[in-house]
Amino acid sequence: MKNYVVVGGGIASLGCIDGILENDREGRITLICGEDRLPYSRPLISYYLEEKTTLEKMQYRSEEFFKNNNIEVKLGVHAEKIEADTVVCDNGEKVAYDKLLVATGSSPFVPPISGLDSVEKKFTFMTEADALALEAAIDKDSRVLIVGAGLIGLKCAEGIADKVSEITVCDLADKVLSSILDKDCADLVKEKMEERGIKFMLSDSVEKFDGGRATMKSGGTVEFDVLVMAVGVRPNLTQLKETGAEINRGVLVNDKMETSLSNIYAAGDLTEGMDISSGTEKVMAILPNAYMQGFCAGKNMSGGDCVFDNQIPMNSIGFFGYHIMTAGSYDGELYEEKSGDSVKKLYVKDNRLVGLIFLGSVDKVGIYTSLIRNKTPLDTIDFEKIKKNPSLLAFSQNYRRKNLGGVL
Amino acid sequence: MKKIYVNEEWCLGCHLCEYNCAFAATGDKFMSLALKDKEIRPKIHVEDDGKIMYAVSCRHCEDAICVKSCISGALSKEDGIVKIDKDKCIGCLTCVLVCPYGALVPNEGKAVTKCELCTDNKCGEPACVKGCPNNAICFEERG
Repeated sequence: MKNYVVVGGGIASLGCIDGILENDREGRITLICGEDRLPYSRPLISYYLEEKTTLEKMQYRSEEFFKNNNIEVKLGVHAEKIEADTVVCDNGEKVAYDKLLVATGSSPFVPPISGLDSVEKKFTFMTEADALALEAAIDKDSRVLIVGAGLIGLKCAEGIADKVSEITVCDLADKVLSSILDKDCADLVKEKMEERGIKFMLSDSVEKFDGGRATMKSGGTVEFDVLVMAVGVRPNLTQLKETGAEINRGVLVNDKMETSLSNIYAAGDLTEGMDISSGTEKVMAILPNAYMQGFCAGKNMSGGDCVFDNQIPMNSIGFFGYHIMTAGSYDGELYEEKSGDSVKKLYVKDNRLVGLIFLGSVDKVGIYTSLIRNKTPLDTIDFEKIKKNPSLLAFSQNYRRKNLGGVL
Repeated sequence: MKKIYVNEEWCLGCHLCEYNCAFAATGDKFMSLALKDKEIRPKIHVEDDGKIMYAVSCRHCEDAICVKSCISGALSKEDGIVKIDKDKCIGCLTCVLVCPYGALVPNEGKAVTKCELCTDNKCGEPACVKGCPNNAICFEERG
């Protein structure tokens, strides 16, 4: 009987558990979960503040799931040290493993800005605890300053928009969502948020805090009651570093999710992997990839032979009902359509679709995303036919017979 | 297991499957009353370039990328059917971003809708198949 230990309470860990259970229902699985509740959807914390979901609904799996599958869950316990066959926990417990998944995720990065200590109400925005603390600190008169106009900062702004009097978002970059959007798309999203009363200070950053006042590099000042730091996240690599795993910006894993250390796998925000749309190694801290990495790791930990070799960055996100979808990389020949509020951009390079940005109308975008993930040579399909409207008409009749008709 | 399969050469492009799908979801007695003057968002759609036409609905993929990508835990697979928990879905549309068939339907800020082979209504068997006049979609075991 194998001992599987899974460290981390996020979706990568659940992917791993699902992968293990597909091969091995006899093994012992221990889940070490730093937060003191069962795994839940962290990206939903803004929807919780918006009252579009509840803390109960955010939980991924019921208690029965863990019970029925004989999974021992240690809540509120952190892995402190990883040894060759044992995980040492911060409560002194030692858990032996044959195969280990490290899925410790990432943590908000808070830059050392002068005077930050003088700010009374300051928060990050990643966990349920963060959301609850923020919820308790705001009221309808609160003026909120959010540092960082990335996915986390803007989702936070949307989540609290109807609960506070004023929101200002600042960012060093000259556009919102700078990691996933180009300037003209970013400006459209910014406009949509400005229509809802959110103010932006871009190409600007906080030089110093003095209680409830931020002095900006540009010379301006922002008076606020509540501060949210959403500059970015950093992979949680401490344990793996000490163990001697190969690490660049994230821990290096191959396409079986193996680290450089035997019997130790990694998945999720702390890993660095190949983005096949650009051919570069990067940290792609997004939820679907975390699950798929975890699943692949779990299969391999339990004797399977699984590879996950088509990762790309991809995001589907919306603000106040305005949808944004992005995937892949934006280095290539651009095909562009704009109508009303909707924008569509497809990037083609070397006979492949390598990237896309959609704003507004997003029906059937997955047909394009799968062309990126599958590296489909565009001369093997009728790409012209689906540039305007995505459909399966671009594919051969045989493709449809197989996939829609079930004829092998 | 039985799934909905397409016989492309038999499709007339009549779109009846779309109406029967939308009607089945209402649970009403009369189609005309249920759908009249309403914009329908069926869970099956016909693609048609004038020469080729066929219906597309969820394939209930073996290795369903929508389930693996769902950020809210709303999508799951039960007895081979990809199901959506409308209560959990927050409409982020990650499933729409990844589905290679375009089979999930965004729903204006509400939960996504998708084909659950009419296990989510009182039809018994898929309404789209029952109403297809030319056997262009069928509900059977194949492959």
